[in-house]
Amino acid sequence: MGSITLRQVTKTFGDVTVIPPLDLEINEGEFVVFVGPSGCGKSTLLRLIAGLEDVSSGTIEIDGQDATQTSPAKRGLAMVFQSYALYPHMSVRKNIAFPLRMAGVDKAEQEKRIAYAAKVLNLSDYLDRRPGQLSGGQRQRVAIGRAIVREPSAFLFDEPLSNLDASLRVNMRLEISELHKNLATTMVYVTHDQVEAMTMADKIVVLQAGLIEQVGGPLELYHTPRNLFVAGFIGSPRMNFIEGPEAAKHNAPTIGIRPEHIDVSGSEGLWKGRVGVAEHLGSDTFFHVHDTGLAETLTVRVNGEVGFKYNDTIFMTPQPDKIHRFDAQGMRIP
Amino acid sequence: MARAVTTQKKMIYTLVAWAIGLLIFFPILWIFLTSFKTEAEAIADPPSFFFFEWTTENYGVVQERSDYLRFLWNSIVLSLGSTFIGVLIAVPAAWSMAFVPGKRTKDLLLWMLSTKMLPAVGVLFPIVLIANALGIYDSYLLLIVVLTLINLPIIIWMLYTYFKEIPGEILEAARMDGASLRNEILYVLTPMALPGIASTMLLNIILAWNEAFWTLTLTTVDAAPLTAFIASYSSPEGLFYAKLSAASTMAIAPILILGWFSQKQLVRGLTFGAVK
Repeated sequence: MGSITLRQVTKTFGDVTVIPPLDLEINEGEFVVFVGPSGCGKSTLLRLIAGLEDVSSGTIEIDGQDATQTSPAKRGLAMVFQSYALYPHMSVRKNIAFPLRMAGVDKAEQEKRIAYAAKVLNLSDYLDRRPGQLSGGQRQRVAIGRAIVREPSAFLFDEPLSNLDASLRVNMRLEISELHKNLATTMVYVTHDQVEAMTMADKIVVLQAGLIEQVGGPLELYHTPRNLFVAGFIGSPRMNFIEGPEAAKHNAPTIGIRPEHIDVSGSEGLWKGRVGVAEHLGSDTFFHVHDTGLAETLTVRVNGEVGFKYNDTIFMTPQPDKIHRFDAQGMRIP
Repeated sequence: MARAVTTQKKMIYTLVAWAIGLLIFFPILWIFLTSFKTEAEAIADPPSFFFFEWTTENYGVVQERSDYLRFLWNSIVLSLGSTFIGVLIAVPAAWSMAFVPGKRTKDLLLWMLSTKMLPAVGVLFPIVLIANALGIYDSYLLLIVVLTLINLPIIIWMLYTYFKEIPGEILEAARMDGASLRNEILYVLTPMALPGIASTMLLNIILAWNEAFWTLTLTTVDAAPLTAFIASYSSPEGLFYAKLSAASTMAIAPILILGWFSQKQLVRGLTFGAVK
C-alpha cells in the first residue's frame, strides 16, 4: 500500500501554468522529498496529490486506482501542514481522535490508537491540553499523531519543520526519519531546505518552475547532477562554477567544483587568490576567495581550522576527478 | 514611552466625556423618569427632575389597555426567528466566499451591501401587494422573511470577516482527516467561529428588535411586535406622555438588558480582526 503515480499531470491557475505536464512514480514505502526554491511548484504538487487542488489535466493513481476525481477525504492519505493546522478548540486527544471519529471508528479502538500514537510521539502527558498550551515542537508532534492514527497509505508533509527553531528542527528531522523506518509507510515530503532533502530522502525530486530537473537518490544527485541547476542547488556550500579559458581546458563551456573538492595551500597550487570572508564552523572552515580570475568568488571548504587570514594569498588545486563539466545548455557532460 | 498627560487635562477630558455620555443617555433617562409621573406632572412646566410623586399607575394602565406580553412575545419570535434563519443561510454563504473565493466574490459582497442602500420605502408597495396576494399580511411568516432578507447582507458580511480570520489550512486538515463538508462546517468551522457567530446573532437580534419601518407597515394585530406597541400610544387619543413613556420603557427594557449583559461580547465581535 502506498504507491502514487502521476501521469501527465498539469496545473494552471488562470493563465499561469504552475505545473507543466509531469510524470512521477512514487514507490511503496519510499521517502520522497520534493525540493526546490520557493515558487517552484513543490507545494502545489503535494496539494494535487492530496486532492486539495484539482489537477488541470492528467491522472493521479494511488495504489493503482485512479484517484484524480476522488475527494481528499477518500484518498486515504494523511497530511502534516507547515502551520500544524491543529484544531484550536479541541484537546490534543480530540485532535488526534478527529480522523478516527470522522471514519466512525469505535471508542475502544480510538483509545487504543491514540495511546499508541501518544506513546510513539511522547505526547502521553499532554493529551488533555489544548494546542495553544503546547510548544512548537509538541504541536508538530500532535499534527503527526493525527496523521499516524489513520494508518494512511501515505503521509504528505508540507514543509513541516520550517516554523521550528534550528536545534528542534534537527531533532524532528531525526524523529520523522525514525518514524519512517518504523512504519515503513510511503512519505512525501516538501521542503526548500536541501539539507533536509539530503538527510531524509530515499529519493529526491528537484523541481524548478514546475519542471522536474532530476529525480534520484541523495548521493546520486550530489555526485552526478544532471544540470547546472541541480549542481548548484544540492550541496552546501554550493558548487563553484567556472567559465572561460579554465573551463575550456576541460573541453566544456562551464565546469563545476564543490568547495570540499578543492585542496588549499599557502605556497603552491593551480589557482591563486586572496582570502575574503572566512566562516569558522569549528569542524570546517569556509573561505570565500576573491581575485582568482576564474569567478567572482570561489568557495573552498577546509577541514578544521587553517591559519589563513583576511587578504592572505591562498593557492587552490581542484581534485581532477571531482570536476563536473556542463555544456552550453547547462546539461552535464558525462 | 507614555504620553505626557497632566492630571488636570485628564480631569477635563473625563468631565467632557461624562457630559457627552449623559447628554446621549438623557432621553432614555427622561423617558424612564416620565413613565413614573402622573400625566399632569409629565407636561408640567418647569418639569420636575426627581422630586415628584412616583407612581407605577401608568404601567398598570398600559398593561390593561394593551397586552404587553403578546407584543413582547411577537418581538421575541420575529427577532430570534429572523436571526436563526439568517444565520443558517449566511454560514454556508460566508463559508464559500471566505474559503472558495471566485473572481466575482468581492463584487458579490459589495452588491449585497448595496441592497442596504436602497430606500426601504421603494419596495414597500411591491411587498405589500405580494403579501396581500399570498394572504400572509400581518403574519410571522411575512415578517420573519422580510426581516431575514433585510439583515442578511449584514449577517453575511460579518460572518465573512470572521471566517476570513480562520486559517484555511485548518479546514484543509479537516478535509484530509476525512471530514465531509457538513462535518467540516459543523465540527471545525462553527466552533472556531463561535464568538463571531454569537456577536453576529446578538447584533442581528438587536437590529431586528428595533426595526420599525417594516414591522409597523406590515402588521396590524397578529404579528405586531413592541415597535407597534409603542406606536399605538403616539396618536389616536392625543399624546399621553407618561403612558407613552411607560410603554417605551417596557419596549426597550428587554433589549437594553440584553445589550448590557452582552456588551463585552458585542464589542469584541465588532472589533474582531481589527486588532490581532
